[in-house]
Amino acid sequence: MARSVTTGRKITATIVAWVVALIIFFPILYTIITSLKTEPEAIAGFNLIPSGTFENYINVQTQSDYLKPFMNSVILSVGSTILALIIAIPGAWAMAFSPTKRTKDVLMWMLSTKMMPAVAVLVPIYLLFRDFGLLDSRIGLTVMLTLINLPIVVWMLYTYFREIPGEILEASRMDGAGLWQEIVYVLTPMAVPGIASTLLLNIILAWNESFWSIRLTTTNAAPLTAFIASFSSPQGLFWAKLSAASTMAIAPILILGWFSQKQLVRGLTFGAVK
Amino acid sequence: MGSITLRHVSKTFGEAKVIPDINLEINDGEFVVFVGPSGCGKSTLLRLIAGLEDVSGGQILINGKEVTAAAPAARGLAMVFQSYALYPHMTVRNNIGFPLKMAKMDKAAIDKKVEAAANVLNLTDYLERRPSQLSGGQRQRVAIGRAIVREPSAFLFDEPLSNLDAALRGTMRLEISDLHNQLKTTMVYVTHDQIEAMTMADKIVVLNRGNIEQVGSPLELYKSPRNLFVAGFIGSPRMNFIEGAYAQSRNAKTVGVRPEHLILSKESGLWTGTVTVAEHLGADTFLHANVDGFGPITARVDGEFGVKHGDRVYMTPDESKLHRFDDKGLALGNAVVAA
Amino acid sequence: MATQNTKTLARLMMAPSVLLLLVWMIVPLAMTLWFSFQNYNLLDPSSDGFAGFFNYEFFYTDPAFFQSIWNTLVIVGGVLLITVVGGIAIGLLLDQPIFGQGIVRILVISPFFVMPPVAALIWKNLIMHPGYGVFADIANLLGLQPVDWFAQYPLFSIVIIVAWQWLPFATLILLTALQSLDSEQKEAAEMDGANFFNRFIYLVLPHLARSITVVILIQTIFLLGVYAEILVTTNGGPGYASTNIAFLIYRTALLGYDVGGASAGGIIAVILANIVAIFLMRAVGKNLDR
Ligand SMILES: Nc1ncnc2c1ncn2[C@@H]1O[C@H](COP(=O)(O)OP(=O)(O)O)[C@@H](O)[C@H]1O
Ligand SMILES: [Mg+2]
Repeated sequence: MARSVTTGRKITATIVAWVVALIIFFPILYTIITSLKTEPEAIAGFNLIPSGTFENYINVQTQSDYLKPFMNSVILSVGSTILALIIAIPGAWAMAFSPTKRTKDVLMWMLSTKMMPAVAVLVPIYLLFRDFGLLDSRIGLTVMLTLINLPIVVWMLYTYFREIPGEILEASRMDGAGLWQEIVYVLTPMAVPGIASTLLLNIILAWNESFWSIRLTTTNAAPLTAFIASFSSPQGLFWAKLSAASTMAIAPILILGWFSQKQLVRGLTFGAVK
Repeated sequence: MGSITLRHVSKTFGEAKVIPDINLEINDGEFVVFVGPSGCGKSTLLRLIAGLEDVSGGQILINGKEVTAAAPAARGLAMVFQSYALYPHMTVRNNIGFPLKMAKMDKAAIDKKVEAAANVLNLTDYLERRPSQLSGGQRQRVAIGRAIVREPSAFLFDEPLSNLDAALRGTMRLEISDLHNQLKTTMVYVTHDQIEAMTMADKIVVLNRGNIEQVGSPLELYKSPRNLFVAGFIGSPRMNFIEGAYAQSRNAKTVGVRPEHLILSKESGLWTGTVTVAEHLGADTFLHANVDGFGPITARVDGEFGVKHGDRVYMTPDESKLHRFDDKGLALGNAVVAA
Repeated sequence: MATQNTKTLARLMMAPSVLLLLVWMIVPLAMTLWFSFQNYNLLDPSSDGFAGFFNYEFFYTDPAFFQSIWNTLVIVGGVLLITVVGGIAIGLLLDQPIFGQGIVRILVISPFFVMPPVAALIWKNLIMHPGYGVFADIANLLGLQPVDWFAQYPLFSIVIIVAWQWLPFATLILLTALQSLDSEQKEAAEMDGANFFNRFIYLVLPHLARSITVVILIQTIFLLGVYAEILVTTNGGPGYASTNIAFLIYRTALLGYDVGGASAGGIIAVILANIVAIFLMRAVGKNLDR
């Protein structure tokens, strides 16, 4: 609004907003704090000031081999995202730049595959994985994550590509650029930001996927989601350690997530809200 | 050299026949303007010439050579788009130099040509900027710069000024005309604005629903429109059309009188009317009056002719400049048969 | 652009995505459908052959089935209510000029990036644990008896956790929509004498309508499949008190080894999801014709 806002009102809004924000963020904050406590401290009642030990982080690694599921998460999320991009870029490209009457139907159909409930195909997928020896393999889960995110990737890329004006491509054609030159000099530089956003959001989604990654892995290919889920029946009260493991599991993606607020809206609403 | 010939060119999009059948000759060095209402197929026709769309039928010849199936770049034409279509990630220098780079020209030669073009277009100080850092007029000049460095056999413009404000549009109009005088290269220019058409063209092609209504110099179209459509489209304010008894008395279905061909008086005249609105432009005044017997009429009078809303005025058409049309809307020739 | 060979090329470029998704959609679904009419138990190889609608009947007459349907509805409905109302309120709040807006935004959206098992574990142990959770600490401070959330209110607890995860999503989308509301429109309404309440009812809410629809539909798709949160906290219990359809199918298939029964459940889940999907597709599809 063009009208200047009174400082009093701004201060009130600020206080309310901060209180709400801190309440929402509190569970995460408290996890980080607890991860810096000793185990006895962690269950000794409400306390926001930890003794500041890093012992738990070391324990998570030495006792539970944290690095292995972490590397699995990295490999699976990045791998499946890149695979999805390789498959989706040409398709999204074609739909954005040479749309036909059926383009819209194809897009809607792709979206509809995303709506199939995972549990509905749990049994056949499980049996197929078992028969092909893909259970607990990185390759199997990578393929799975690629497939479930492919519709979102196609959609996101499509909405980005569609914003590249067709006249610019025509201009490059008039300027004598062949298909290859058009791709290298004109399209790629203009498409890179959209591809990067898609990559970012999809890594987040793949990192946090918690159905297939828990059900189709046991130890070798288990990513952080499965690793953390195994803490659900702890032998005793290792809350500080649990908090350290949780913090490490969410920290990388939390930071990526902060950078992808806008893409998140567009990606998860299939371009319906920008 | 830059002559363009269209022979029985047609274009269909799915079911819609956007261009039924067009024959047109554009001579080397001519400034040709395609004018017509929005959606009449001007852009489509231009894009067919450019090779950005395939023709559905007919032939296109450039310099006498058939190019109907040739790729856009192979036709030796340059196009300036309505949205400018600049490459947002390239500097002005690289934008202008892009077609030369595509032609595999060496870097030193590209720089020389780009700088020469920038000089002509007053862009020298902006060569290292990105399009997003330029004003509308500057972007327009970059788009033109990108077209001239190629030394094309003809320029194609698609409503290049429609995104600019009125003042800038006037300036750019002059600049483009100036450029044509300097380069003497064929230019095909699309617009829906008849003022642009009248001021810039050597030859105007009036299009309506994908058909050519008339081809001629601006003055020809103004003086002898072939039909009602052209008569109504060319000239501002619009020609007044009168039907009924007066038209019959002139042996026509419809009679057209341009606003500037009405003689006004506060005392006496052939027709009497009441002023509804008087638009004072300074030198001229556009009078909108309700004429007794046949309704609203627009007249153009001297700025000194002081009238206001509600005043009674008298007007007499200049009989030597009447346009007469038959019941098919075709012009009957200017010679007035006195009743 | 629309020349003939670009069209052929376009088809070729689309082929990988289309074919992969086609296979991904048809093969497992067809298998589920097939299994759902078979006697197929992983522990009992002797039982096989055509089962007719037995699996459906079995699944459908299981008392757990209706409870899990009800639980699914409670989770979806409860989470939607909390996130949409909360999302609008927080969206309106963050749409105001405030100090530190960027940081507040980051704090508010963070829960969305927390993986479900972590979210569930944090809430289960650090917040809602009857002995050592923050809620218990607060209860003790007030001299009240701490609540054993997951034993006494298992479903409600799960709703809270899932709502916490999805609130940022609703907030972010509704905030984005709020920010796209033309400020001149708001000023015009103010000039017309509309107070805050009227502006909200007649201007803001209609403007948000589409975004709210999208939030509801997309969340529903995900909420129908809530799984990890249940697995980590209550494991569906006590009894079937916090088992939703997704979890029931999992229980039947991988704990009960009853492939046929689980497949019948899967088909029912597909039907439920499709009902929602139809509405979502309409909302998104409208947006495609710009
Ligand atoms: N690619 C296309 N597909 C279908 N119809 C089109 C296409 N391009 C243009 N048209 C139709 O052709 C007609 C003429 O369009 P156009 O040449 O852009 O008109 P103008 O430039 O004179 O405003 C319009 O009715 C338009 O809807
Ligand atoms: Mg046009």
